[in-house]
Amino acid sequence: MDEIARGFLRAIELILELDPEVIEVALRSLFVSLASVTIASLINVPLGCLIHFHRFPGKSWMINLIQTLYSMPTVTVGLLVFLILSRSGPLGDYGLLYTPYGMIFGQAILITPVILGLTISAISGVSDDVRDTAISLGADRMQVMWTVIAEARGPVLAAVLLGFGRALSEVGVAMMIGGNIRGYTRVLTTAIALETSMGNLEVSIALGLILISIALVVNTVVSRVQGW
Amino acid sequence: MIQLEGVTVEKNGKRILNDINIEVRTGETLGIIGPTGAGKTTLLRVMDLIEIPSTGRVLFRGEAPESESERLAARRRIGVVFQRPVMLRGSVYDNVAYGLRIRRLSKEEIDERVRAALSDVGLEGYERRPARMLSGGEMQRVALARALAISPELLILDEPTANLDPGTSYVIEDLISRAKMIGMTTVISTHDLPQAVRLADRIAVIMDGRVISSGSADLLMNSDSDEVKAFLHAGMQRPVDWRLVHERMRVPH
Repeated sequence: MDEIARGFLRAIELILELDPEVIEVALRSLFVSLASVTIASLINVPLGCLIHFHRFPGKSWMINLIQTLYSMPTVTVGLLVFLILSRSGPLGDYGLLYTPYGMIFGQAILITPVILGLTISAISGVSDDVRDTAISLGADRMQVMWTVIAEARGPVLAAVLLGFGRALSEVGVAMMIGGNIRGYTRVLTTAIALETSMGNLEVSIALGLILISIALVVNTVVSRVQGW
Repeated sequence: MIQLEGVTVEKNGKRILNDINIEVRTGETLGIIGPTGAGKTTLLRVMDLIEIPSTGRVLFRGEAPESESERLAARRRIGVVFQRPVMLRGSVYDNVAYGLRIRRLSKEEIDERVRAALSDVGLEGYERRPARMLSGGEMQRVALARALAISPELLILDEPTANLDPGTSYVIEDLISRAKMIGMTTVISTHDLPQAVRLADRIAVIMDGRVISSGSADLLMNSDSDEVKAFLHAGMQRPVDWRLVHERMRVPH
């Protein structure tokens, strides 16, 4: 117990002292997760709208598949992205493996089902009366789409934030694609795994506290914006 | 103004409208009456070009809009107020300005039109209020202001006074009468016969998706058709008080 208590105290000291390595890992985590969520959102929010507003064969099957992929294991995505980015893979020539950019690519793929599926759900939750009102007031197809998205902006933003939370807390893609290289691809989750295995509990706890604090902030914002 | 030729609407194998032939002439007010579930709302959705008929065609100013862009162009000349007014996110101002913003009018013109429309419906000073916090009657007035702000050539009103208190109903009816006086073509659906008689130049009776009679109120009341008589006496949601109908017909608009 003493060891854990000491670990907590040392962890708080590390945070308060702004330990360069801890801060660097935390900032890299934020950068990678923010970049991946930005890319995934820019693609998946409009894509979710397109799927919602268009009828095509297999639509409900596709939505079911997207929702099933919410809980896709991160190591499976890691393996898939590894195969894509490895030297013999389709994107091997770009040299993205074991780089932060490869991690961003992998995390964007990981959170795609969450953002896409929850965007579709959010837009489906807007009453057809809103769409009809916009149409009756002379809105064209794009204007109707924007009106519906504006109505669902709270749940859509919550979907984006949930994607951010998943990207920030995942370890499979970060470890397999980033390789946990010190000063280059090490992020909070991979650093925690490494420091724990090395017995540096105070550093692990410090990093864990930072991760939990960020997750707490994200969750608070999610619960606020859902009713927005 | 608008003409429906052989319009049939089917949904999930059920025929909602059956071979509707009806014309709304420029400057007139057409009342559509019928019991709940007769197909009035679907008929109005067809007139607003939101609902595409299964068969038949809709002519707006003599032309049948076929493509989505043609339907959009025609729809932009029509104002609609639904039975259950839907307030979009934002203030009363945002709601009334919605149709004007999507037409890309200047800010000054939008300001002017919004204030005029809100003044018309007696909601001056409501601009900044959140639209979804209003009472049902106020929402209905905002919906009417929103439709009037775009200066429509054709105004379609679906049971505009249903579930409203008598005072608010009077305000809405007064507005419709004023719209009629300036020559606006109006279609109003209602299941309130006296209201149809008060407001409409012609009345079409719709039942089970068919127009069973159309003409002036006098013609309707003196109809020999057993179907019309049966509808007027039994098909309405409440018995028709003919004394009241005739009395109200004498009230000048």
